[in-house]
Amino acid sequence: MASNHKHGDPLPETVLRVKSLESLLIEKGLVEAEALDALIDRYENKVGPKNGAKVVARAWVDEEYRQRLLTDATAAVAEFGFTGAQGEELVAVENTDKIHNVVVCTLCSCYPWPVLGLPPVWYKSAPYRARVVREPRKVLEEFGTLLPDDMEVRVWDSTAETRYLVIPKRPKGTDGMDEEALAQLVNRDSMIGTREAGKLPVAEGT
Amino acid sequence: MDGVHDMGGMHGMGPVKPEENEPVFHADWEKRMFAMNNAISAVGVRNQDESRHARERMDPAKYLGSSYYEIWLDGLIRILSEKGVISEEELSGTVPAKPVSIPRPALKGEDVDTVMDKGGNYIAERGKSARFKVGDKVRAKNIHPVGHTRLPRYARGHIGEIVADYGPHVFPDASAQGKSDPQPLYSVKFASTELWGPDGTEGDYIFIDLWDDYLEAPGDAA
Repeated sequence: MASNHKHGDPLPETVLRVKSLESLLIEKGLVEAEALDALIDRYENKVGPKNGAKVVARAWVDEEYRQRLLTDATAAVAEFGFTGAQGEELVAVENTDKIHNVVVCTLCSCYPWPVLGLPPVWYKSAPYRARVVREPRKVLEEFGTLLPDDMEVRVWDSTAETRYLVIPKRPKGTDGMDEEALAQLVNRDSMIGTREAGKLPVAEGT
Repeated sequence: MDGVHDMGGMHGMGPVKPEENEPVFHADWEKRMFAMNNAISAVGVRNQDESRHARERMDPAKYLGSSYYEIWLDGLIRILSEKGVISEEELSGTVPAKPVSIPRPALKGEDVDTVMDKGGNYIAERGKSARFKVGDKVRAKNIHPVGHTRLPRYARGHIGEIVADYGPHVFPDASAQGKSDPQPLYSVKFASTELWGPDGTEGDYIFIDLWDDYLEAPGDAA
């Protein structure tokens, strides 16, 4: 896990074992190949951080929506049709001039799928899980996010089924932008809390 | 269990290494592994907490040296074997696949979006009554259950404050043993310096979701 970099070169026996397992589960009627294909398609192509970006941009331009999001994030996010697995109980936490929020799952990989899709490798890696609860400022610095000393850092450890979504601060100089343009500024990491919005474009599939 | 998966606060893990333009999956086998683990939930042979506990019981040296979906592979084979659903002999092909009876039918491709949009439910209609309320100071118990638990080691013995009551939820420690024991789930706020002493940061906080059974009044500590 510490490595988590070995994606290119898994042991050949790992690949074989996954194939054997799939064949066996299909033969026993426990899974169907078409369902596996549909699950992969869903999380590769349909559900990802662009969902969360839409939610955040709406909160930036619509004060009533922002209030609904902070009061009951599950319901507010469902207004966009984003619901379900690993996001059954959403809580939105807002970054301000005084508070910076960042999310982790120290025990494994809990992550708000309906708004962010599947987590990046670093989020599931030992270094992030181990360090961000103890030295969040140092970890954020490595992401290029420098917080002033008087900023309160809040780390949310997702130990239950509650899934946390960070509403990043709206970047300065964006007053004239509409919701759609603003959503382009909301990168995935800004909704985890490791970066600020506006620093990275929302790349395809990330 | 006090396993290597419970990583909060550990030293020596090195820097966090974000990957630029990271794809959702890094190889075809990762996709299949991800999908199998999700699809099989539909048949109801194991619950989420049993699944998590199976992953935590991977050989610790292997766990630390494995990628994420390698851990999923190990965990899924482990739990399905323990449930008597599959065997190593079937996997290796030394014996033919035996038929199994399953509580619910397999997930169909056309139902994937509906089922995933619906998700699971971990909220209980009723459960043990709440022993704490928002604003209460509580101590995370110094306990070391051998089974599955969602009380991270770094919180144990430390005092925090209840900041939200999320209502009765299925208790994962019980759920991993096929039971439910629903009880209140709280958001508990811990000062960084309470958890890490002088190595913490004054004015920073860690919020952890904790169930009623994990907590005691600060004066009750043994």
